[in-house]
Amino acid sequence: MLEVSGLQVRYGAIRAVRDVSLRLAEGELVTLLGTNGAGKSSTLMCIAGALRAASGSIRLDGEDVTAATPEAMVRRGVATVPETRDVFPDLTVAENLRLGAYVRRKDIDGVAADRARMFEMFPVLAERTNQPAGTLSGGEQQMLVIARAMMSRPRLLLLDEPSLGLAPTIVDRIFEMIVALKESGLTILLVEQNASKALAIADRAYVMRLGKIAAEGSASEIAAATDLKALYLSG
Amino acid sequence: MTAFIQFVIDVLSLGGAYALMALGLVIVYGILKLVNFAYGELIMVAGYTMYLVSGSGLPWLVMAMVAVMMSILAGIATDYIAFRPVRAKSVTAVLITSFAFSTLLQNAALLFISPRPRNVPLPEVFSNTVEFAGVITPARNLITIATAVVMLTLFAWLMQRTVLGIAMRAAATNFTMARMLGVPANLIISSAFAISGLMAGVVSMLWIGRIGAVVPGIGLEPLLIAFIATVIGGMRSLQGAVLGGFLLAFIDTGLNYTLPQDLLKFRDAFTFSLVILILLWRPQGLLKGPATGQRT
Repeated sequence: MLEVSGLQVRYGAIRAVRDVSLRLAEGELVTLLGTNGAGKSSTLMCIAGALRAASGSIRLDGEDVTAATPEAMVRRGVATVPETRDVFPDLTVAENLRLGAYVRRKDIDGVAADRARMFEMFPVLAERTNQPAGTLSGGEQQMLVIARAMMSRPRLLLLDEPSLGLAPTIVDRIFEMIVALKESGLTILLVEQNASKALAIADRAYVMRLGKIAAEGSASEIAAATDLKALYLSG
Repeated sequence: MTAFIQFVIDVLSLGGAYALMALGLVIVYGILKLVNFAYGELIMVAGYTMYLVSGSGLPWLVMAMVAVMMSILAGIATDYIAFRPVRAKSVTAVLITSFAFSTLLQNAALLFISPRPRNVPLPEVFSNTVEFAGVITPARNLITIATAVVMLTLFAWLMQRTVLGIAMRAAATNFTMARMLGVPANLIISSAFAISGLMAGVVSMLWIGRIGAVVPGIGLEPLLIAFIATVIGGMRSLQGAVLGGFLLAFIDTGLNYTLPQDLLKFRDAFTFSLVILILLWRPQGLLKGPATGQRT
């Protein structure tokens, strides 16, 4: 479904992503691991269209989308949850969700049904519909951004560090939800620092180091690889 | 009591016009984090359109609608000509291009029309006076208040209830995230400029109603007023712009009422001193507005 090859991302003279190639098949949950600064988020934001690729290519269903804008990527069925957990703080929960469905705003019944489905999945959001999103707790905000991303009915979800800065019990719940989304047939690219948790739910994994893919394999292979710690610590 | 009612009417009518001016400026600033210095010329465009169509014999309201339409188009043109080509490159570039576009429009008016004031048609009702609650006041003031109420309500409805408005508010806090939800950047920015043009056009009709004529530099004062109002109210907040507009009108009118005749010509000095005091007290403006990230 998604095929990234030879991707490079630069911030001025700094090459954050030097050479990344990865692919995702339909329905797969793939995790991209690595230390802080390894280039995981840059890779993800580049796929989402929010960062320009300096070189390399991104193909979605065989079509070249390397230069696509973020809004074009959403229309193609790619939804992004950035690590900065960007709820719109002054907008209410309901307004945040309504914006999530921006690309299919004409499908009023479908949007209403999806909204109900999201409230079922994240009941805490249903209690807070008219509250500004900025007043939610960190965990609730994370649920809101995931629900908001799902409102566009994506085929591919790019999730950046959903566990960042959350209490362990909340992290467990977020991961349960990710599993539920995968079971519903969604293809997911999950960027995580919490390797053991991510590997427990992923099909396959890539490990990034210094802007490059340092290892790849099935989740169990990567988990079993003895040099996993080394990969992390020597980063 | 009648003096008080008179005062309230004066503050509300001046404040209504100021608030609309400020909203037109801040709607673009909120999204782009850039001040459109060609904003005053949108008011000028609407004014000259009135002058140019004055011989057509159309009813005033129709002419006014044409004029407002022209300033909306001029607003969108500002985006295409001055902002879009350089928006992503640098703030300085946009600052210069928006000044350049402003100068270009002003000079076009100087060259092709005249540096001298040109009369614009006014509806008869603008020069009437009416008695309201025992106060005799120009009907124009009441029309301004009514127009401001209608425009502010319409604006609030647009921003609160429509997807476009919600998307614009979202884009004002985090443009990249809004785009990652599929909100097209260019649509949002052009809409902001169109709304800016709409506000400028409506303000122009009211503003010119006070003077009865249009000159190439007519936009300067409204731009300054709008800028000061948004600075007092909080550059990032739409409500702040409205509040700032009314507060500035309150200060101006208050000084008009209280300053002795000799000092009246220094009114602006007093106004600006008060503005400085307000800013010393609250440098970020009265309303803080959404926490906002980077410029886009």
